[in-house]
This record gives sequence, structure tokens and C-alpha cells, in this order.
Amino acid sequence: MQGTIELRRRPRLCMGAAIAGKKEGEGPLGQAYDRIIEDDLFGEESWEKAECRFFYTAADTCIRKAGLTNQQVDVMLGGDLLNQITSASMAARELKIPFLGLYGACSTMAESLCIGAMLVDAGHVRTALCAASSHFCSAERQYRFPLEYGNQRTPTAQWTVTGSGASLLSCDEHIPAIAHCTHVTIGRVTDLGVADANNMGAAMAPAAADTLVRHFVDTGRSPADYDLIVTGDLGRVGHDILMELMQERGMPLIFERYMDCGLQVFSPEQDVHAGGSGCGCSAIVLNSHILARLRAGEARRVLFMATGALMSTTTSQQGETIPGIAHAIVLEGDAACSGT
Amino acid sequence: MFDKNAKPSPQRQRQLDSYKQLVERMSPNSNLFQGIFRAFWVGGTICCFGQFLQEAGKMWLGMNNTAASTFCSTALVFLTALLTGLGVWDKIGQYAGAGAFVPITGFANAMVSPAIEFRREGLVLGLGAKLFTIAGPVLVWGVSISVLVGMIYAIWPW
Amino acid sequence: MLWNLIKAFVIGGAICSIGQVLVLKTKITPARILVGYIVTGVILSAVGLYGPLAEFAGAGATVPLTGFGHALTTGVKKAVQEIGFMGAFTGGLTSTAAGIAAAVFFGSLAALVFKPRPK
Repeated sequence: MQGTIELRRRPRLCMGAAIAGKKEGEGPLGQAYDRIIEDDLFGEESWEKAECRFFYTAADTCIRKAGLTNQQVDVMLGGDLLNQITSASMAARELKIPFLGLYGACSTMAESLCIGAMLVDAGHVRTALCAASSHFCSAERQYRFPLEYGNQRTPTAQWTVTGSGASLLSCDEHIPAIAHCTHVTIGRVTDLGVADANNMGAAMAPAAADTLVRHFVDTGRSPADYDLIVTGDLGRVGHDILMELMQERGMPLIFERYMDCGLQVFSPEQDVHAGGSGCGCSAIVLNSHILARLRAGEARRVLFMATGALMSTTTSQQGETIPGIAHAIVLEGDAACSGT
Repeated sequence: MFDKNAKPSPQRQRQLDSYKQLVERMSPNSNLFQGIFRAFWVGGTICCFGQFLQEAGKMWLGMNNTAASTFCSTALVFLTALLTGLGVWDKIGQYAGAGAFVPITGFANAMVSPAIEFRREGLVLGLGAKLFTIAGPVLVWGVSISVLVGMIYAIWPW
Repeated sequence: MLWNLIKAFVIGGAICSIGQVLVLKTKITPARILVGYIVTGVILSAVGLYGPLAEFAGAGATVPLTGFGHALTTGVKKAVQEIGFMGAFTGGLTSTAAGIAAAVFFGSLAALVFKPRPK
């Protein structure tokens, strides 16, 4: 098999920050976020500018919580959902940290962590900041309809999360670590012919299954070796399909140890149909809830895998199907690490 | 992929077919009966209200037939613009589906909502250009076909 | 008058329900359904089927988008009778001008007055 890289120096994930919108703040994980921004415009003139500010605020909060300054961060990796990833680029303009912009659609949080962890592991950088953001309103107008347009959402549609998350990776022993990155598995673009842009979970689930299978084969592990397997934003439909696909491949996921951020970020009463989606979905759940569980020792080995749907409105209109991708990274709690 | 005549291998085709079945099995369907019921009563009410406006125009405002039907469509468009601006229409649309977008109200909403949304990109290239993004196709095809109908009507030897 | 209102309600509701069936059963996007509706209206009107329906149901047939198509066709036919072949180009938009102008005008006005709201 291919795509799995072992990180021998076990880069440290030192800090996370999650900035969430109002609706996310009212969700089940509302208490866990660093900051909840009630104003959808975040004091700015447009949603694009607001999303940029979400990105900036998450990055800034993360750096300050770790007790660092911008000058001490060697590289920032990140992206968002908008055309030309402008939220990330324009936030980087303000942060003045060397910046590599990434586009992996909703998989961006995992993609940035994978690359950041490899850079730190290889010794090229000491400290890397990985971040991703999305905004319901800016995504809606780019990918779907104006907000006030009275279209009917299908039951399989998902709700783009407003929020941004950032994680700080470092090899610096002086900064306390929450977790260590031990393996990454880079996703393959996988497409099983789903063309319905209102059913992203179904479009991305095959990519998630492909990455999971390769990860287990490459590492010789099984789902039981993980306390928690986390997917990004498969939602209700994608979650159920992934369970089924892994069953078919003879590596069934353990229901209690598998969670999807898209199903955690909102409660069913919030009328979000199949669940949350967007770069921000996995970014804010990882950097609040999941890091908290790692820190508390409730979960000692976590496989974090964010999935992305790599289509655009243009390719959809030209009749292309939706290619999916999923990147995975293994996070081991600090306690687990010192024990071995 | 770049060979236009290539068919997927039988194995790949089986994989695509079985995945399609899996997706269909796992994806919840909309409730057909409920959807039709909602579309029926909301759409019916909008049309009924339109009829009321026409009758009212004729009865109390002294309008002739043409003026009354113009009054009806203009008033419906105005009310939709108002409800769209107040952030109510998208909820009606979510509830009623075709019941809201098939009447002229849907046409109005399709023009008003991008106008409001793209105002931030400026008055000319934002508001002005995006006004027709959703409703444009309706006008393009409606007008084009009607011109064709008119041409046939003009040269047809009745 | 009550009987007219009931007719408008039932026929208008039925026309909308057909659209809803198409949305739920065929995965055709609403934009395509609307284009289909207006083209259907134009053609049904041209072959003389929509006129009697509009006569019977009033606003129940003219308020849905098929009625917009019907208005295009009746306008075109009238203009062709009056000014001949060139009427094919003037009639349609003349008869539907009110709806279009109102939507453009109120749309622009709304954009100046209102701001889009987050959900």
C-alpha cells in the first residue's frame, strides 16, 4: 500500500484554538470553544472579510495561548473554502508569518496538520501553525444561492460551519504538548460517481474508506487500536455509508469509538438536516473537544481524518461527478507517549 | 478518463452500481405527501390572494381587466420583495418548495434575493449585474420561445 | 367572488403541486423546473389549451409561472395581429412588462433598504 508516513520524531501538538459562530455556539459543544462570535459579520463589512477575521483570530489566539509571538512561528499552513482561498491569504497578510496556502476543501484541517507535522518531523521548521476556516454565509453564496433565496434544502444537505480552528505544532520541548503526531496517511482522490452536490457525505465516504483501509494495512493496526476515530464532515449519510463500507472491507469501525464532527457540532433540533460541513467543522471540533479529550487522557490514541469534496460550481454545471479526498493523522496523548 | 469513447471496466461499473444502490439506501428521502400538501396549500393561497387582488381592483378601485391583472402581479412582486428583505421569504420557500417558487412570487424572490446579497459588490457590477443570475434563464427561454411562436403565428396560413 | 377564489386556490395549488412532485421525484433543479414551466406555458398557450384554463381559474392559472408564459404568447399573438411579423418581437415583453419591471424596481429598492440576514 502507499501514502502512510511514520513520524519518528513525534512532533508535538502543543495548542489549539477554536473560534465559532453563533449557531455553532448554541450547539452541543458550545462550551468548548475559545470564543463564540455572535455577529455573523464579526464587525466587518462583508462575510468574506468576516471569515478572514475568524481565521486571523483563531491563529492569533492559538499563538498567544501557547505563549509565543508571531515571529516565533516558522510557517503557517492553512486554507478555506472560498475561491483562491482568500480568507487564509488575507489573514496571513496581517499575521506576517511565512505562509503556504492549501486547498483541500473540507479536508484542509487534516491536510495542514499532515504537512505541518511532516515539516516539523523532518526538522525543517521548529514551529508550524495549521489552520482552516469556513463561513456559512460566504460558502452559501459561492456554492449555492443567495441567503434570502427561498430554496428548499434536501434531507441529505449539510450546513456549512461558521468558524475557524488553529493548531500549533512544535518540536520545542519547552512548550507543553497535548499530543504527539505519530503517523499521517495522505488521501487519494476517490470518486464513485456521486454528482449530487446536496449529498456531500455520500461523495466523500469512499475517500474516507480508502484512506482508512490504507492506514490500517500500512500500520498493521485495526480500528480497535484507536480510542477514537474522527471523521471531518461526513454527516448523517456519510457516517452511515462509511460504517457500511468498512464493514464490507472487513475492518468494521467500532460504533462507540467513531465520531463524525459534522454530527457533533450541531444538535438535531438545529434544523441542519444531515449535519455540519465545511473546513471549519473539523477544525473547531478538533481544536476544542478532541484536544480536550486527549489532554484529559480520555482518549489516548486518536485518528483524525478530515474529508473534502473537490468540486466547484463550474465542474458541477459541466456534469462532472464529485471527487472526494480524506487525509488522516494519528494523535497520541502525551500521557500515552510517556508510558511507552 | 480523457478517452471519450472509453467505458468503465466491468469491475469498475459494478463498483459504481453497487455504490449507487448503497447511497440510495442510506440517504433519507423527502416526504412526498407532506411536500405536495405544503406546496398545494401555500401555492393555492398565493393564487387565491392574487385572485382576490384582481377582484378587489375591479370592484373597489374601478380597474378594467388589464389594469387589475397588472395590479395583481405588481402587488405580489412588491410583497415578495418586502418579505424577502425582511428575511421571511426564505423560510416560506423552505417550507413550501414549489408552492412558493412556481407562482410569480418565486420569480420576484429570485431577482430580489441576489440584488440584496450582491449589493456589497457595488451598485453596478454587484446589484445591477447579479439581479438576473437566477431569474435570467426564465426570461431568456420564455421570451425566445414566445418570439418563435410569434413568428410561426405570423407566417402560418390560417 | 367566493367561487372564483376557490377555483384559483385549487388550480393554483395543483399547478404548484406538480412542480413539487418534479422537485422530489426527479432531482431536476428548481431553476430548470421554472424554465420548463414558462416554456410549457408558452407552448400550451400557443396551441390554445392554456387560454380556457386561464378563463376558468383566473389568478389560479395566471399567477403561476405558466401564466407568465401564457401572457408572453397572448402578447405576441396580439402584436402580430396588429403590426404583423415584427410583433413577434414586441408583444411578449409588452404584456409581461409589469411583472418584470416591478421585480427589477422592487429588487433594486430592496437591495438599497435591506441587508441579507444570516440564518
